[in-house]
Amino acid sequence: MKRHTARTMLAAGSLAVASSLLLTGCGQGFSGSGSDPSASAGGLTSSDKPLTIMIGSSGDAETKAAQDAVAAWSAKSGVSASVVAATDLAQQLSQGFAAGSPPDLFYLSTDQLAGFASNGSLKAYGDQLSNKGDFYPSLVKNFTYDNTFFCAPKDFSTLQLVINENLWTKAGLTDADIPTTWDQLAAVAAKLTSGTTKGLVFGGEYARLGAFMAQAGGRLVSEDGKTAEANSDANVTALAYVQKHLQDGTFAYASDVGAGWGGEAFGKQLGAMTIEGNWITGALGDYPDVKAKVVELPAGSAGKGTLQFTNCWGMAADSPNQKAALDLVEYLTSADQQLAFSKAFGPMPSVQSAAQTWKSDNPSLVAFLNGADYAQGVPTNKGAADVIKDFNAQLESLKTGDPKKILDTVQSNLEAVVG
Amino acid sequence: MSASVAPAATPSRPAPPRHPRSRGIRRGEAGAGWLFVSPVILILGVFLLVPVLMALWVSFSDWSGRGSPLSGSVSFVGLDNYVAITTGGGLAERDFGTALRNNAWYVLLVVPLQTVLSLFLAVLVSRRILRGRGFFRTAFYFPSVTSSVAITVLWLFLFSFAGPVNQILSAIGLAAPNWFSDPRGIVHVALAAVGITDGPDALTGTGFLGVSWWDWLSGPSVAMSAFVLMAVFTTSGTFMLLFIAALQNIGVELGEAGMMDGASGWQRFWHITLPQLRPTLFTVITLGLIGCWQVFDQIYTGTQGGPAKTTMTPAYLSYTSAFQNQDWGVGAAIAFILFVIIIAFTLLQRWVLRDRPVSKRRIRAYQPRAAASTPSASPKGADA
Repeated sequence: MKRHTARTMLAAGSLAVASSLLLTGCGQGFSGSGSDPSASAGGLTSSDKPLTIMIGSSGDAETKAAQDAVAAWSAKSGVSASVVAATDLAQQLSQGFAAGSPPDLFYLSTDQLAGFASNGSLKAYGDQLSNKGDFYPSLVKNFTYDNTFFCAPKDFSTLQLVINENLWTKAGLTDADIPTTWDQLAAVAAKLTSGTTKGLVFGGEYARLGAFMAQAGGRLVSEDGKTAEANSDANVTALAYVQKHLQDGTFAYASDVGAGWGGEAFGKQLGAMTIEGNWITGALGDYPDVKAKVVELPAGSAGKGTLQFTNCWGMAADSPNQKAALDLVEYLTSADQQLAFSKAFGPMPSVQSAAQTWKSDNPSLVAFLNGADYAQGVPTNKGAADVIKDFNAQLESLKTGDPKKILDTVQSNLEAVVG
Repeated sequence: MSASVAPAATPSRPAPPRHPRSRGIRRGEAGAGWLFVSPVILILGVFLLVPVLMALWVSFSDWSGRGSPLSGSVSFVGLDNYVAITTGGGLAERDFGTALRNNAWYVLLVVPLQTVLSLFLAVLVSRRILRGRGFFRTAFYFPSVTSSVAITVLWLFLFSFAGPVNQILSAIGLAAPNWFSDPRGIVHVALAAVGITDGPDALTGTGFLGVSWWDWLSGPSVAMSAFVLMAVFTTSGTFMLLFIAALQNIGVELGEAGMMDGASGWQRFWHITLPQLRPTLFTVITLGLIGCWQVFDQIYTGTQGGPAKTTMTPAYLSYTSAFQNQDWGVGAAIAFILFVIIIAFTLLQRWVLRDRPVSKRRIRAYQPRAAASTPSASPKGADA
């Protein structure tokens, strides 16, 4: 009886495997045609298939702006196209790539670029863009992987200093006191600290503290992306400066004052100043009493410095209609269209030809765009996102930690993924 | 043993036909049987067996997430993915060690707490004299039917810096921690309170999976402790239900007999009720272990592994390795190591909760002073 059962189960198992392999074999996604390595170089595919554009939207305003722009292009070009707002972009993209049916165009962040580029999911179309020369060079560098310019920067943002004007004047400060050096920043932060309000509040992560590192002349990965230089003296100086003022209570992390991020701390007046990007203008709508003034971050020993963040229009290597997709990207990244996006939901245009108009349209935010001249990007090497995550974890205890030791760990982690 | 007896017992019976199903009125029964079970086999195969086998293959391959993992361009890399997270010496290994550390503490606290609490609640609402039993049963069960995402959001609010929990704590004069942004382990916090802030070199110098022994012993972080409380809060209702069902199956006779023998309420519970709950206890602990080792949604919606990676769990790490870093092989490898851990723990607790022969000490207690009257229980016991 026992043997009989075993045999039956074996038969049942093999039947199941055989039948399901048959089923999956018939399915579209597993044909294996998606792994043609030559697709990521050379010419573009062309067909009359409609385009799908997947976006990770910040809200209705962004979704609507993207839909309108794509619809306008559709009407002009005659190629039908639809916009999908993803709920979890990374996951939905991965699913698409695994199934061999990804969206044709999609938002792609700098830290995802290396992963998707190295497995051949992306079409590198950067060099075929007719408006290639118009993008800020630092943004182009952000989307260059293995010396190939992969995708067109969609828009970008930089970090600058945001000041609460009421608290500023209440502390007896004037425009002449706007800090231009680290010492001045520490001095005004001390003056602005009172009660539950800290002078300067920002998120305890590389994406904020990295600005201080840039001002001191440091960076995590060398500009060519080939050497790790996390534990440079400049970086140690920057973290030591932040640590000193975290300890004397004039700087604070957003989480330490009970806020989710710098913008929330600023809005709730838990911090009189914060370091954030131009997305903060949207969040400040919730706090009508707070009047914000944006100025450039003070210069460190190596001059001005800040970080920039950006997304690009990724194009799938498996897309059947790349020619039309390229045309759509050129349309979406044109100066006029980017200014329209900017009006709708506030991002900064990634092309230099739109700069002047944007500055005159947004006089109070000029500092953000000025940052484009000296901003540095975050590392894009494959695996760098994990290193930065680990760096962030250690930065949370910077107040009591040893800056040099923290950076040494980052250095050894980075050396494993860089080069 | 029985081989020598069997032929003698059935001397005249004819040899059974080799293929009974091919003849007579029952012909075709097997075919019909297969036909009836085939939908289930098919569904289980497609949605369970094949995905599991494919994931197993991915964990041994260099599949990068593009196209089919069974296509020709994907190659077998042996144990590379497993090596990367267990002996690599780099960030991947330390992350995996940290995730295991976090989850081990979570299991260590949640499983006993939820089992004890659910049993306690079940005994409480099973008492016949309790008024409004139905109300309490529903109330205790309610957190279990609420979605874990909703509960997580509620928890983030309750345990926020200026949230109700902290207001209550500070109202009664206790220090209010910054729950979900506090990465300190609670054992370390307790040690720091008595002046120990750095571990001895023996613990800090060496470690396992890239995490020093001192850090393994840190305890769950304050943030993770909030999740521990949440897990206990949400799951004890479900397990209470299992215990109630088991308690209702236990006859009252043994309890009454115990009462006649003068056993106190606690003795009756400990020596009469609890042993009869053993099968349910096994179920509850097994389900608890599996659920705790697979904790994911609270982390995904709540903290995303922060602060300082102290709420990162292997399940969440597996997700991020695969979906965010495109390291699908490593993600699958983590999942299978987790699978082995769960199996090992289940077997271990099965062994701990096994039916054991009554111990000598116990037997002695039941023997009449005159002795030698129960030779069958234990041959040696008779001498005592």
